Amino acid sequence: MWIEIGIAAIKSLVVLLMVLQLAGALGWVERKGSALIQDRIGANRAGIPLFGTNITLQGLINTLMADPLKMLTKEDVVPHGVDRLLHTLAPLVTLFPALVTFAIIPFGDVLVVGDREINLQVARLDVGILYALAMVSLGVYGVVLGGWASNNRWSLLGGIRGSAQMISYEVAMGLAVVSMILLYGTVDLQTMAHEQGHLIGGWLPGWGILYQPLAFVIFLTAGIAESKRVPFDLPESESELVSGFFTEYSGSKHMMFFMTDFIEVIIVAGLGATLFFGGWQVPWLYRDGFHLPGGTLIELPNLVVALLQVASFTIKVLVLCWFQIMVRWTLPRFRYDQLMNLGWKGMLPLALANVVVTAIAVLLVQDA
Amino acid sequence: MSLGVFVVLALFILGSALGVILARNPVRSAMCLVMTLFFLAVLYLFLDAHMVGTLQVIVYTGAIMVLFLFVIMLLNLQTDPEESSATTTLSAAGGLCALFVGLLMYLVGNVENVPEPARDGFGSIQSVAEALFLRLMLPFEITSVLMLVAIIGAVVLAKRKIQ
Repeated sequence: MWIEIGIAAIKSLVVLLMVLQLAGALGWVERKGSALIQDRIGANRAGIPLFGTNITLQGLINTLMADPLKMLTKEDVVPHGVDRLLHTLAPLVTLFPALVTFAIIPFGDVLVVGDREINLQVARLDVGILYALAMVSLGVYGVVLGGWASNNRWSLLGGIRGSAQMISYEVAMGLAVVSMILLYGTVDLQTMAHEQGHLIGGWLPGWGILYQPLAFVIFLTAGIAESKRVPFDLPESESELVSGFFTEYSGSKHMMFFMTDFIEVIIVAGLGATLFFGGWQVPWLYRDGFHLPGGTLIELPNLVVALLQVASFTIKVLVLCWFQIMVRWTLPRFRYDQLMNLGWKGMLPLALANVVVTAIAVLLVQDA
Repeated sequence: MSLGVFVVLALFILGSALGVILARNPVRSAMCLVMTLFFLAVLYLFLDAHMVGTLQVIVYTGAIMVLFLFVIMLLNLQTDPEESSATTTLSAAGGLCALFVGLLMYLVGNVENVPEPARDGFGSIQSVAEALFLRLMLPFEITSVLMLVAIIGAVVLAKRKIQ
């Protein structure tokens, strides 16, 4: 029993730290990436002076050391007239659901240690992906509370916009997930990843995106809207609302909102990879090794297989994160009515139609 | 579910429920209601009703209460400055509580057959789906039509031109 608890604790710790590390690293990717996209140099000043040189590590020192240190040691300004309790609570309420969502995302199949098979997923719940939807839906409270408790008109407007936007796009996201549940016939993410191991025509990996490209577009769009990034950053909207719902936050509280932004990007990438890109699947790699299309079998020990799977999942997550960052630095911001029109009149009917078509197709295939 | 877990959860639920009616500030009241609904969901999880607990979070905590907060913020409701008359409130609350406790005692005294403990797989998605879509298909469809009528009614009422 103690061994099980120990394994669970290690898995949670590893996943939590990896997500936090990646969130920090994404801050660097966003800075340097945006510089690349906009033909600038990007963060290149802050560094460690050593032997007469300035070690900047391509801006890594700036994003991973200088910025967090600055944020953590800054004065925590709480303006006059705020609701102190809710103002303090808001960043925590934002960060918590984002951090716990990754618990159900599988990052590998099984790792065999001795005679013990360790499922490479922090928690295998029987409600599966519904848990992720539940946690995503809790994320809106931080935005609402931050906006309201700040006692600032801009913040309030940002909070109101945020709540309406996140509720609207949750519907489309949920429906995109429903079509994937119909396709795989399960809500369990580990089973979904297993299902995507089959081959189409004996050589093409049967990943979800081949069956549901529309659901992927809807899922990713709704995911970007849920993480409130450009082109859906109306709750923040710095050209009109100063900084939206987190205008009145400074220091480490501001950093929590900032981190949540990147953690949500990672969650959208993780869920997207699991639902649409085979999760930890490596093409033709199964538990005992590579089964190449020609019929050749390259046997591999379990540890190598598990490591390859984790690497494959990580690469997929990184690619999807990079894609979201590219979107953020490519598209201009929507107007608020455009945002609502796209959500309710564009994506919702599309997602509904997709669910109906998928259901009919699944029924026909079952009968055939 | 062990008694200790139940007592702790019940204290959380009662505490946050009291917060709903005692807080003077509407947003704090609403947040207390969010907490009540969230802890209720946790209670469902401990009672093996995983599906119901998760749906409780998605629907009530994550959607309905957000709309409550949205309306409160949109109308910009302020803290209630008026002290309401303590005697009237207390006597009304006391009367209702006495009635509720009386009914509860009556019910507990008249329990005839204690239901069996939940079977394996109770509350899982499969068992809920089986009940909804196989055994109770007709009531389920009728309920969904009823909700559709309510939604259409709300839209019609909201769209009506004010004379």
